[in-house]
Amino acid sequence: MRIIAILLTYVFINNFILVKFLGLCPFIGVSKNSESAVGMGLAVTFVTGTASVVCWCIYHGLLEPFGLQYLQTIAFILVIAALVQLVEMVLKKMSPSLYKALGIFLPLITTNCAVLGIAIINIDESYNLIESFAAGIAAGIGFTMAIILMSNIREQLELKPVRKSFKGVPIAFISAGIMALAFMAFDNSLLTNLHLA
Amino acid sequence: MKANIKELTKGIFKENPTFIIMLGMCPTLAVTTQLVNAIGMGAGVLFVLLFSNIFISLLKNVIPNSVRIPCYVVVIASFVTIVQMVFHAYLPSIYEALGVYLPLIVVNCIILGRAEAFANKNTVIDSALDAIGMGIGFTLALSLISIIRESFGAGTITFFAIGSWDGIIKVPFFNKWPIRVMTLAAGALLLMGYLKAFFNWNSERKARKAEEVKA
Repeated sequence: MRIIAILLTYVFINNFILVKFLGLCPFIGVSKNSESAVGMGLAVTFVTGTASVVCWCIYHGLLEPFGLQYLQTIAFILVIAALVQLVEMVLKKMSPSLYKALGIFLPLITTNCAVLGIAIINIDESYNLIESFAAGIAAGIGFTMAIILMSNIREQLELKPVRKSFKGVPIAFISAGIMALAFMAFDNSLLTNLHLA
Repeated sequence: MKANIKELTKGIFKENPTFIIMLGMCPTLAVTTQLVNAIGMGAGVLFVLLFSNIFISLLKNVIPNSVRIPCYVVVIASFVTIVQMVFHAYLPSIYEALGVYLPLIVVNCIILGRAEAFANKNTVIDSALDAIGMGIGFTLALSLISIIRESFGAGTITFFAIGSWDGIIKVPFFNKWPIRVMTLAAGALLLMGYLKAFFNWNSERKARKAEEVKA
């Protein structure tokens, strides 16, 4: 039950982009066409899922027993950078076609706030290992959903007349704002009504 | 000397990190619900930017080129940890309000971007001036966004409490009938879109004027 609540929370109620503003840079930068949006979304979901598990293990297995919690930020960012590098190498060897599709997005993910964000949120909310993994995957799904919707909107906007000073980034922000208005319909009452809270 | 001053001022207006080069958007929109949070975030970023730029500029001949990004990240993360500890100890209310966005200064693109684009090519003094300019530009941009969002959305402007003054300025009209959406996520995105459009329009107008002068 708690797992479903966590999934709903991070996909809809606390959507990483539209509510928490985590991962906004790739959201604006890579959402120009839907193909690269899908690639970026999948790559982020993969990394948030694995990073959640690895960072949870590092924190509870290494930092906490030795009282080194203050090293959290440094340890997590190094783990994520190494993890992204590892994922890149494994993909290159195991599945060249997937590497070709995701390859260019992987180096960008190290500095994506969503990945470090979910790792820190997992610790702050004191989730257990399975809950952390669920939260990581859900955050990635929420990101993917938002970026795919956004890329479709932007593909349509290309065909429409837009004032010169609004072209590109400004109109993308305004569209995202209107999407966020729609996402305000999801709040914690969703969990209460589904008897999950 | 004049060139040095230019490094300082370019970050404030001409290459403002938030409105012109559009870096570090995540904290910009997330923490600007109150002016005091925006100033806290700006101060944190300024501190980290200044010291990471100085250190990276000093170490630029020591760090091997192929592993420079991880090295930069470690330097930045160390200073972010210092900022976290200082805020936790002396400004607990701002520490609570900034929450997860304080450790996320590590992945703020402005800091890594300045390290990569400026500090590893320039002298220590130029890097420090660049960092101060960029930091002030970032703080000013954050303050502008937060003043607009807070005064429309809550009808107040919250500043630091000084002595008997609680640091809250009440805005007439909006204090009674606030536009709540401005303090929520949607308002931040909409406002950012309109502000960016305004700055685009402004720079276009300036470019047109310069051309007219030339002709």
